[in-house]
Amino acid sequence: MSERRGHPGPEAGGVRTVTGGASASTPAVVTGIGIAAPNGLGTEECWRSTLAGTSGIGPISRFDASGYPVRLAGEVPGFEVAAHVPSRLVPQTDRMTQLALAAADWALADAGVDPQRFDDFEMGVVTANSSGGFEFGQKELEQLWANGPQYVSAYQSFAWFYAVNTGQLSIRHGMCGPSGVTVAEQAGGLDALGQARRQLSKGIRLVLTGGMDASLCPWGLVAQLPSGLLSEQPDPQRAFLPFDTAASGQVLGEGGAILVMEPAAAARERGAPHLYGEIAGYCATFDPRPGSGRPSRLLGAMRGALDAAGLTAEEVDVVFADASGVPESDRAEAEAVTALFGPRGVPVTAPKTMFGRLSSGGAPVDVALALLALRDGVIPPSVNITAPVEEYRLDLVTEARPARLRTALVVARGAGGFNTALVVRAI
Amino acid sequence: MSAFTIEDLKRIMRDCAGEEESVDLDGEILDLRFEELGYDSLALIETTSRISREFGVQLPEEELGEIGTVRELLELINQRLSVRS
Repeated sequence: MSERRGHPGPEAGGVRTVTGGASASTPAVVTGIGIAAPNGLGTEECWRSTLAGTSGIGPISRFDASGYPVRLAGEVPGFEVAAHVPSRLVPQTDRMTQLALAAADWALADAGVDPQRFDDFEMGVVTANSSGGFEFGQKELEQLWANGPQYVSAYQSFAWFYAVNTGQLSIRHGMCGPSGVTVAEQAGGLDALGQARRQLSKGIRLVLTGGMDASLCPWGLVAQLPSGLLSEQPDPQRAFLPFDTAASGQVLGEGGAILVMEPAAAARERGAPHLYGEIAGYCATFDPRPGSGRPSRLLGAMRGALDAAGLTAEEVDVVFADASGVPESDRAEAEAVTALFGPRGVPVTAPKTMFGRLSSGGAPVDVALALLALRDGVIPPSVNITAPVEEYRLDLVTEARPARLRTALVVARGAGGFNTALVVRAI
Repeated sequence: MSAFTIEDLKRIMRDCAGEEESVDLDGEILDLRFEELGYDSLALIETTSRISREFGVQLPEEELGEIGTVRELLELINQRLSVRS
């Protein structure tokens, strides 16, 4: 525990900071990746689309959205449930869990891990969730309303629940070690990775981690409308334009990524086929309450993650931005980036311009893409940004850019004041 | 009144609780326990709730708690159906 640089707890002013630095013994490395994203089902499919600048944002097709002010979203294409999920689990799972089960299978296969060869209590599961099983829940509420309680599925008892992805993954793969769930809207996906890494530092052998959300149903959409953050722009190429003068809000998406994380030494020892990179630093902060007059703590999270990794800003090769798409939030993030790196001091990208904001799944996808960027020496682009706000002074990457990459900073903010930053570093 | 058959049960189980990969529901299952078929208590609740709705038969929880094998469930349902008719 001595390597921990901080503890959850109140600081002066009630602002919370949680950090984690490099483990004294062995770094936590990502050895397996499974992505389900609107521009690609499967890791390499998503990566290819992302490098090509292919967007997955389009008209909502999963239900009739013609009566809503928001009619665009990022939908995961071509997911055949029966091909990816055992039939015993299909009736008891929401789409977000079905996607998580599939992505976890891919991540484990990618890592060359057969969970049966590990001790049950040496493996944990820590995932993030933000929405719960909205589509499943809507169906059961409709049954309750139209037909009565005896028509509500017994599986509703857990299928809607934030913790259900962690639970189902734990049961399916016999992973009985320390497990948990983080809920911090869009930031929760990084918090899950931070918590997974903490478990490894305590001696756990393997953690399945990441985040998955999928709430593209009428109830899921109307629950988001009152936030006022969603773009009502009908053109898929103009709806989600973070850091652009035409930024008009956010686009929802579904999907996420599940990763396999292990201590580097143990991964090497078992001959893991990939050591994508180290989770080198992590820091979470919580903003002061609105109206307090005190500034956002986003910069504190970014600095904290670098400090925890023992790195300086000069050593960061690329930033994967939170990229809100809401002008005030874009401005706040741009100010934090330039405060830390200087004007146009670091390449900044937002591949989520190709799939929208995936709730808890977004940041794990960014981490996965950052690791693939380190592997292939290329920064994936942000698409559709044609008129960046000049005074933000960001070096926005709008076409895939070859670069020598060793270190990436991934930033995520969650509605309600959550800020998290995480550093990935090539091994 | 037509009896509730094993085929009815298999159809409902497949539909509302799925089928374990290692289990063949079309094999000799009458004397197997539901746990041996890969169905937990929740799967059984879901299955019996569907049967109640579809066949209009009351299946009190106390009596379902006594059920171990597929045959016992079929007998309970048919007994309830005959009482009603």
